[in-house]
Parts: sequence; structure tokens; C-alpha cells
Amino acid sequence: MNSDDNSSPLLSPVANGVPIRLMNKLAILSDAAKYDASCASSGATKRDSLTGSGVGSTEGMGICHSYAPDGRCISLLKVLLTNFCTFDCLYCVNRVSSNVPRARFEIDELVDLVLSFYKRNYIEGLFLSSGIIRDPDYTMEQIVEVARRLREVHDFRGYIHLKTIPEATPELLASAGRYADRLSINVELARPDSLSALAPQKEAGGIRQAMAGIRSKLDESRDRSHSGRKAPGFSASGQSTQMIVGADDANDGELLDCSESLYKGYQLKRVYYSAFSPIPDASAALPLAPPDLNREHRLYQADWLMRFYGFAVDEIVAGGENGMLDPALDPKLAWALKHRERFPVDVNTAERELLLRVPGLGTRGVDRLLTSRRLRRLTLADLGRICGSVARMRPFVVTRDWRPTALLDAGGLRAQLLQGSAQLSLFD
Amino acid sequence: MNRHSGPPTLHTVQLQRPDDFDGWRLIARQHLAAGTLPESLVWEAGEATADLFSEPLSPAEPTVPPNPSRPAAPLPVVPRAFLELARCVACHRAPDRYALLYRVLWRSCHGESGLLDMPSDPDMHRLHILGKCVARERHKMHAFVRFRQTPSVEPEHFSAWFEPEHHTLRLSSGFFVRRFANMHWSIVTPEESAHWNGQTLQFGPGGHRSNNTAPEMMEELWKTYFANIFNPARLKLDAMRSEMPVKYWKNLPEAPLIAELVHNAGARSQQMVEALASDPPRYARRATAPPAQAQAQAQAQAQAQAQAQAQGQGQGHTGNKDG
Ligand code: SF4
Repeated sequence: MNSDDNSSPLLSPVANGVPIRLMNKLAILSDAAKYDASCASSGATKRDSLTGSGVGSTEGMGICHSYAPDGRCISLLKVLLTNFCTFDCLYCVNRVSSNVPRARFEIDELVDLVLSFYKRNYIEGLFLSSGIIRDPDYTMEQIVEVARRLREVHDFRGYIHLKTIPEATPELLASAGRYADRLSINVELARPDSLSALAPQKEAGGIRQAMAGIRSKLDESRDRSHSGRKAPGFSASGQSTQMIVGADDANDGELLDCSESLYKGYQLKRVYYSAFSPIPDASAALPLAPPDLNREHRLYQADWLMRFYGFAVDEIVAGGENGMLDPALDPKLAWALKHRERFPVDVNTAERELLLRVPGLGTRGVDRLLTSRRLRRLTLADLGRICGSVARMRPFVVTRDWRPTALLDAGGLRAQLLQGSAQLSLFD
Repeated sequence: MNRHSGPPTLHTVQLQRPDDFDGWRLIARQHLAAGTLPESLVWEAGEATADLFSEPLSPAEPTVPPNPSRPAAPLPVVPRAFLELARCVACHRAPDRYALLYRVLWRSCHGESGLLDMPSDPDMHRLHILGKCVARERHKMHAFVRFRQTPSVEPEHFSAWFEPEHHTLRLSSGFFVRRFANMHWSIVTPEESAHWNGQTLQFGPGGHRSNNTAPEMMEELWKTYFANIFNPARLKLDAMRSEMPVKYWKNLPEAPLIAELVHNAGARSQQMVEALASDPPRYARRATAPPAQAQAQAQAQAQAQAQAQAQGQGQGHTGNKDG
């Protein structure tokens, strides 16, 4: 047994009355689920339990009820229904050829666990996924049944995210969407040939087809024009996906191109990037290394620029070298350094699009700046109060009392900013 | 006490509670209408020390002396966002919060009409900082309150002990009502407690940490989840601490695990990286062989095996983690 887990605290002696069997299942099935990055619980339709008989509410913004020492938010009970799987995806801890311990929840056992955790305010809801047992439809039916019981038997109004199995029939996807706030299907790898090499039973075309199916359901449920009244709700907080970073040779440009096409083609809410991480009992075909968390971080920053700051993928990628983002600088700053001719920007006159390109100035800062400057011409100190810190902006902006003449041309600007950026993050 | 020697006369406004936003709003309006200068008001909300020279004014009889030298200003039209901000600021511990709120209102009716929308103004900037602190504390309260079931009580009752940094119990209790409307619960803080019986929300006296309900079995399961959802290969302690500051740890049942998880993380991930690949289990061997038929066969076999294992759970394989 190559399990890494012989030191896990879950095995410390437990108090009387704790059901050991359930505890072991929970340990195995949450351990198996941790490689899915998403734990988001935001964007659901607003609802509460005042009118119902059960528990639960969603108020737009999700809540992180705890944080693991890996810095990740714990918002949902993220588990697999079972980690038995007939597929052999090499990067996955649950693949059929792995020797990890296996377990499977009874449906009611899991339903009770969700409710008990929820009532104690540990979680916002459930993120359920599963290894593929028997066949895709059977597995999907089981997943949907958990959600159905929560909603229909217990009137549970918390958040439900279901990982859907692309090979399952469209009818099952439709009923999954009725109970879930979010659906996701992982594309896993940006390159179709990597997918066939590393996940031989998966099929890039099928994954995209299923995403398109979800998208059209989403469109339908938002479209009132045909019948004049609102269609039944369908996965109100949309669909998301995940890509593994660093399991194949795809560069950042390829990953971001893939994301862009997914956002556009299937109206995804989020693409998650998950640095390929060591797993217990790994495949010999896929050597392990510590996960490249910095690369993952830069990809998230780039993704943000693409979605909220009006950057095109090639602009972002051009900030680095050879299709890879600059590992040392956030991609907006990297872009600005290669486009110094566009700066400095006068914060008292520049248009929104241009302000969004200023390193250190976020979307909220820009909005606040635009209201403030209607009333008076802003100084550097005003800018500091609006945005928190001007340290990184100084070389790139003009204010009533500030103009960076020599700074921007200085050859040492990159080095200087590098030093400063150790503590500063664009997305604070 | 009344001081007749020279203006400005100081008036003390005694608010009912530390977080008495509505009381503040009512009295602030009257003083604005009367043209009372910000400098001549002392706001007290239960925790500040009294100013010796001021004239007490009870909110129950809010008679505001008219100020002849200063004509009443028209009442300002206050943006909704400002009211939201003020409601949060009222829950902050800063003793000058009500004075600051009054001052910006006063300024906005005396020649600075856009002030309430101007985050770059120093007073507004400070209000935003106070408001942000409180909003964050409210959010963390929504996140980190942990209910425990009260033993042998029918219908089910849950209670939580929480120590907020600001006066956020009332501010955050609406959330718990909406979320747990059909549950009976109490949240107790050092200052005040909130109780919901499925129908009404009532507030009572504060309590003591030592009177908190004893830990229950469900916490062991929650800790199991916490320990296993953590990926030791991705240790990022600072990120964790900035989102879940250490001051909250003493009331989080999962927090005592953190030290051990962190301590073992390096060795666990190293072990995973260095471990040699093991032989695939027998039932899977043919799944990796290329011909389609072999694959289908292996899948069928794997599935049969999976089911057999699923039925016989609780013994061999689930115990494997014992190493
Ligand atoms: S289908 Fe592939 S990725 Fe999903 S659980 Fe099975 S082996 Fe893992």
C-alpha cells in the first residue's frame, strides 16, 4: 500500500458513539474529491427557508465556512458518491488501476450527512461527483437521486453542485439541472490528444457535446419569450469546468485559448485551473512533481484579465515569453511593461477601458475613481484612498499633482517593480 | 447639567444600544433640521465615557433645541448605499463612529452635496474602512458560527458561542433566521444573545464561553472531512490565516487539527512524489490493455469487483488507511 495517509489525524482514537464505518467512508470519499478545485457556492437564485419546511438559503454571495491549510476555501461538502471507477485516467487517484482504498456512500447516509453538517453551519451545501460504476447512466442516476432526495424529501434549500458525467443521457443531465445550482463537466486537458493519451476512455468531443447540451438548457430556462412565462429553473449559477495544469506539455497560451473558447462557446461561469498534484499510488506513466502553484496562480490572474478587463488572450500571453506567462509578474503588469508607450494614463480624463489597463487598479477601484473624479480633480493621495495603495500605479498614472517622467523610461523599472510586487497583489 | 457660559452648548445623545443605527438616524435628522453643529454633539451608545459638560438628551423625548443663529438646512437626500454603509458603521467599536456619521451628513447639507458619494474624502474614506471591517466581521460570523445540538431536547435545538469583534450579533442574525427558519437555535456572545424558536427572534443577555454546549459526535465527522479535504502537497498557510484569522480558531472545532496537518504535510507529499508505482490491482490489469474487447472485459470485471467490495465494506479496504 502506497497510501500517503498513515499519518492522518482521522485515525486518532475517536470518542464513543462515533460511527467508525461512516467516518472511514467520509475520509476516503473526501480524500478522493480534493483534486477538484471548485468549492464555489455563489450565484444561485436568492432563496431562504422561511416559506419551507427544511433548512437552507442562498444569498448570492457564497460563504467559505472554513479554510484548509492549503489556503483553499471550504464551502461545500465536496465528496464522491463512490471512488470505485471503471475508467483509467492516469492523472486521477480513483482510476481503476490505482490501489487506493475504495468506498461508497449509501444515498440516505450521504443525505443525512449533508443535512447534519448544514444544520451546524459547517457548509453551504454539497458538491457531489462520482467515479463511474456500472455505466455512466447508472452513476448519473445515483448522483441525481441524492440531489432529488435533498430537495424533494427534505426541502433542502442550500447549494448543490453536481459534477455531471458527459456520457450520460441528456434526460439525466436535464434532471440534474433541475435540482442543482451548478453543473460542471471537467475538460481536464486543453489538448484533445493529451486527453486520449491520459484518459483513454474519455472523449473530448463528447465532453463538449454535453457542455453544449447544458448551455442550451441554460438558455432555454432564461428565455421567457416562447411561452411568455419563465421556464423551470435550471442550474441557475451556470456551468463550470476544470483543466489540469502541468500533466502534459500544453503551454499557458494553449490553456487560455481553450478557456476563451469554452467561455464563449458554452457560456461557462468559471474555468478552474488545477496544478497537477501528487496523488497517492500514482501511475508510473505520469511522474509526479510538486504542483506548480505559481503557474496556476498566474493563469487565474490571466483568466480574470480576459473576463473582466477586456484583454485578449494573445495580448496577455505576449506579456511573457514563448507562450508562457511571466512567472515573476502578474500578467497585467507584464503587459504594461511591454507597452510603455500607452502610459502614463491621466486618471482624471482617461476612459474606463484605459483605466482598467493600469497595473494596480482593479475594477472596483476604477468604478470608485470614476464617481470621485466627477466632483473634483484627483490627487495621488485621493487615488490612494480610493484604491488602497498607489505603490504599483505610480509609474503608470498622471494625477493633479503627479507625473512620472523619468520612472517609466528607467531600464530598472522591471526590477524595481519586481521587488515591490513581492507583497502586492493586483487582485486584493 | 447645564452650562450657561458661552456657546457651543454640548448635548449628549444617549443611544439605546451600541449598534443603535435607527436611534442615531432619528436623532441625527432632528439635529440636522435644527442646524446643530457636529462639534456640539456628544454621542453615547453604551460604551463610551460621558462628557462632563454636556447636556443629557434622552432619545425617548428627542427635543432638539432650535439654534437661531443657524437656519435649518433642508434634509439631505441620502443615497441608499450610504444608509447601508452607516448601518454597518454603527456596529463598529470605534467610539467616534456616530459623531463621524453625523459630521458627514452635516457637511453634505452645508455646501458639499456630493460628499456621500466621494470615497476619496478623508471622512468618507474612514467610514468606508469602518464599514468594511464590520461587513467583514458579519461575513465571518455567518461563516464561523458553529452550532451544537443541545442534548435530549425536543424539538431539536442548536446553540452556538461566538465572540465577534464588533457589535454584529443583530446585524448578522437575519441571515440565520432566513437560513435556519425551521430550526430552533441560539447564538450567544459575551454582550448579548439571540434566540429563534421558529417564529420570533428575541435578544437576551450575553453569556460565557464556559456555558457553551459540549462537543458532539458530528464534530468528529466534520474534523474527518477537514483533515481529508486538505491537500498536503499544496500547503499555503498564509492564505489560510488571512482568510481565517487565528482569533477565530478557539471556537472552531476543526482548528486543533491544523498544527498536526501542517506538521506532517511535507513528509506526506514527499512520500507521494517518491513512492514507486505499485502494480495495478488484478481486476484492473486488463483495463489498461489497448484492444477494445479486453478493455470492455476488464471494465465488466472491475465493476463486478467494485460491487463485491462495496458490499463487503468496512473491513479490509476501508481499513487500508491504517497503513
Ligand atoms: S472517470 Fe477518470 S477522472 Fe473520473 S473518477 Fe474515474 S478515473 Fe478519475
